[in-house]
This record gives sequence, C-alpha cells and structure tokens, in this order.
Amino acid sequence: MGVPTAAGIGLRTQHMTALAAGDVSAPAWVEIHSENFLCDGGPRLSMLNAVAARMAVSCHGVGLSLGSADGLDREHLARLKLLFARVRPGLISEHLAWSVSEGVYLNDLLPLPMTESALETVCRNVAQAQEFFGRRLLIENPSTYVRFTDADMSEVDFLALLVERTGCGLLLDINNVYVSAANNGFDAGAYLRDFPLAAVGEIHLAGHTVTGDGDTRLLIDTHSAQVCDAVWDLYAEVIARSGAVPTLIEWDHALPTLPVLMNEAAIAQRILDRAGQHIKDRAYVA
Amino acid sequence: MSLELREMQRRFVAAVLGEDEASLALLAQDTAARLAVYRQTIHGGLYNVLAGAYPVTRRLVGDRLFTGLTERFTAAMPPQAPHLSSYGEALADFITRDDVIRHVPYLADVARLEWARHAAYFAADAAPLDLQPFATLPPEDMERTTVKLHPATRLLTSPFPLYQIWNVHQADDAAIPALDLTVGSYVLVSRRGQHVVTREITGADAALVAALDAGKTLGAAADVALAEDPAFDLLAVLTAHFVNQTFRN
Repeated sequence: MGVPTAAGIGLRTQHMTALAAGDVSAPAWVEIHSENFLCDGGPRLSMLNAVAARMAVSCHGVGLSLGSADGLDREHLARLKLLFARVRPGLISEHLAWSVSEGVYLNDLLPLPMTESALETVCRNVAQAQEFFGRRLLIENPSTYVRFTDADMSEVDFLALLVERTGCGLLLDINNVYVSAANNGFDAGAYLRDFPLAAVGEIHLAGHTVTGDGDTRLLIDTHSAQVCDAVWDLYAEVIARSGAVPTLIEWDHALPTLPVLMNEAAIAQRILDRAGQHIKDRAYVA
Repeated sequence: MSLELREMQRRFVAAVLGEDEASLALLAQDTAARLAVYRQTIHGGLYNVLAGAYPVTRRLVGDRLFTGLTERFTAAMPPQAPHLSSYGEALADFITRDDVIRHVPYLADVARLEWARHAAYFAADAAPLDLQPFATLPPEDMERTTVKLHPATRLLTSPFPLYQIWNVHQADDAAIPALDLTVGSYVLVSRRGQHVVTREITGADAALVAALDAGKTLGAAADVALAEDPAFDLLAVLTAHFVNQTFRN
C-alpha cells in the first residue's frame, strides 16, 4: 500500500494490539523499525500483518550499516527483503550512518566522516542494497554528536552527491538537523536552505532532550518528547518550499498514549494541509 | 591525520565498547562526553534488550547485580546481528563462567528457561497437530505414528525446582515460599495460539517428549515413558500436549 502524502506515526509494540484490532481511529500510515520484525514468526509478526492489512506501512531500517567499510551483511539484506515481501511497504528507508565493524553490531547510528572515500563506500553499499531490493531507498540525515577532523565536504553536499550517484531518495529528519546544528555549531536554517528538497520522499519529526549547559550543552536525539517549537517552525518553512511530503512523528522512549501521538500528527497534518492549499492557489493563478 | 574508514570504524568500536580512547584523536571538537552519548545509547539499549528477555533473572539478583552482569556480558559478547530479538542466548552459559554471579546455583537454569520462553515467542509459525485425524487412528496405526515438535516448543531439565523458582518470582513484591532446592524438575515451553505457555511436566512426560523429538514412534516413546513411570497415563498427557500445542502438523 502506498504511503499517502499525510502525517503518520511510528508504530511501537505497546500500541500494536489496538491498531491491529482497529479499536482506535487509525493514523494515515505507520512506520516500523524493520529490525524489530526480523523474527521467524509469532504474535508480533501476526499483529504486523493485521496492521499492514488496515493501513500503509513504511519500513525504516536501523541496522543495515550503509556506511560500513566492510560492506553489507547479505543475511541481513535477505531478512529485510523477506520482511518487505510480507509487509509490502510504501516506503523503505535507512540512515547515513554505520553500526557494524568486523562482525560486531553496535545498536546505534554511528557517525561517518564527510570524506570522498566514505562517500564512495556509502554509494557502493546503497547501490548494492537498492539492486538487491529492486527499489529505491530513502536515506536519512543522522543526528550527530562528534565531527571528524577529516572532512572534504558538508553533510548536505555528501547527501546531494549520494542522490546523484545512486538515484536514492532522502528522508529529511528536521529534529536531527536541529540537534546536529546545536551540537556541532552550524546553522540549521542554512542547512535546510541548501538541502536537495526535490529528492525528499519523507520527513521525520521528533522530540529531543537537552543536557548540560554552556560548553557542555548537548542536545540528544532521544525521541522521548513532543516536537519543539523551533523544529515545527523549520518544518513549516520546508513544507512551504517543497509542498506536502509524507511526515512521520517518531516517539520511542517515554512513549505516550495513542491520542497524544495522534495529536502531534494532527499538528503536522495542519501544516501539510496549508501547503496543499498554497500549491492549489498557485496552480489556480498559473 | 587521515585514517582509512575501516580502521576508523574498528577504533570507534573499541572506544565505545571499552575504555580505549585512542579514537578520540580522530575527532575534531570532541571530548569523552560526546563519545559517552553513543556509549549510553548502546549500553542502555542492550540492557533493555536483556532485561526484557530475562525479567526473572534480573529480579533474582536485583537490578544492581543484573546491570553489572549485562555490562560484562555485552563487553565480552557484543551483538553480531542487528535483529536484537536474537541477542542474549548465550547469557545462561556466561552466568556459569561469571565470577561475580556463578555462585547463585539455579540462576543459569532460570536464564535458560527465560531464553526458551523468549525464543518460543519469536519462533516460526506452524499449524499445530490436528487432534481429529489423530484420535480416529486405529490403535496399531497410532502406535506407529511419529509427530514433530512445534518450532516454539522447548523442553528443559534442571536439578532444581526450576518451574517453582520461576513461577514464584513473577512480580517484584511476590511473597516467596520456602522451596526445597534438592528437587529437580522438567519444564515444557510451548506457544498456544499467541501465548507462550510454561508448565511443569513429569519425568515420564519429559521422556516421552524427548523420545518423540528424537524421531521415535508414539508406541516406542510411550514405552520409554512407562519405563520411567509404570503408572504413566498416555491419554491424559497427550491431551495436555494437544491443548498446549506442543506438536505441529
């Protein structure tokens, strides 16, 4: 089922029973973390099947490690392909990050140096994954906490070249831009003005946590709170320029009730509706 | 200093898993506090995975000891695959080698039982064995028939009263009765519909299940059970197996 140009929510196991049974008003679409469903069978997979029969699903990966110098794990690729055959996701996505080195998997999205050689590695891995899945991947800009001394280009240039060389799309996470900008001292607005919006197939919005102050101030991408006002403003600016894009509310920790999540999605939906109106007005004038 | 990507990633893993801060030299504006964000996500995430799979093991030793155990375990045996529902199987064996905790006599067996339940939850789907055609077989055919265990079914044998230890620790504030730790037990885990079932079975029943799993006919497996217990009631035991979906079609 195709993902509609509307606001959706991240599907978490605590809410699966209600959504699978249709006991609650359904969001326009949901996104799963692919790695949570790579089991052989059992209740979790059967609930996912029930959800996928009711609404569009997007599969968002966190473990493919597209930035690994060692290349991709073929067994993991095969498990993902099996999941896609089962769920028939409208969108599939992964991160500009790595998590595997010498057979050890670290459950986090680790940072890449923005170098020509890292770009070659990511391009090779993205091309391999797209060929194996037989479809286009959306690649997400990560939240970062460290920056490498080695850098040949900006993250935006890196992503633009990745799109150009592999034909992949992008998943723009506006909270990640905000978090990384605060942590690494760049301007989130300027980053978004340079971002290749034409390639964006999905947007993520989430809340973060602020720790420390002064020199030790650090924003952490915890997905544990409401989207902050500054991120809503950046989102509205992006949508005004790009037009409506499928938009996801991500909330993973300190998970609220479904109505709270649906309310966050409703805020995004109002911004999307305004953009739709704006584009219709423009079309009328033209 | 320009480092090859592969070498950078190797050092980063070493820095995150241990205290080797050599990779910090790679980073521009960064301090250990920055690397700590990644460490926290990784260790916190793995703690949650293990605490989710091993709630009774955690309750038995308390959160402080369990946290230490998970830190030593993840440092020694970090995940090798991104689907973390498969991570943690080796914890029971690790407990038997872990100097801090191996003296808790039944802890490794409790961990084995919890992993069996975890694995049963995520095991492959298969239609349970139909009672109807089975029940209408002539006795001589029934004796010659073989059955397969459902992919979710797991049999555990312990020199401790494993089922009781697990069962009385289902809540943080549960009143714990005195248990005779010299009594061994057999525990069968299966998946009935969408629910994981954990039940204590007799030694004769366990012998039957093990014999069937080894490919013996029902007649031969019943003989093994009867040798274990002359009063073995095959019909009652099979009924419970059908109800709890021990076997597959």
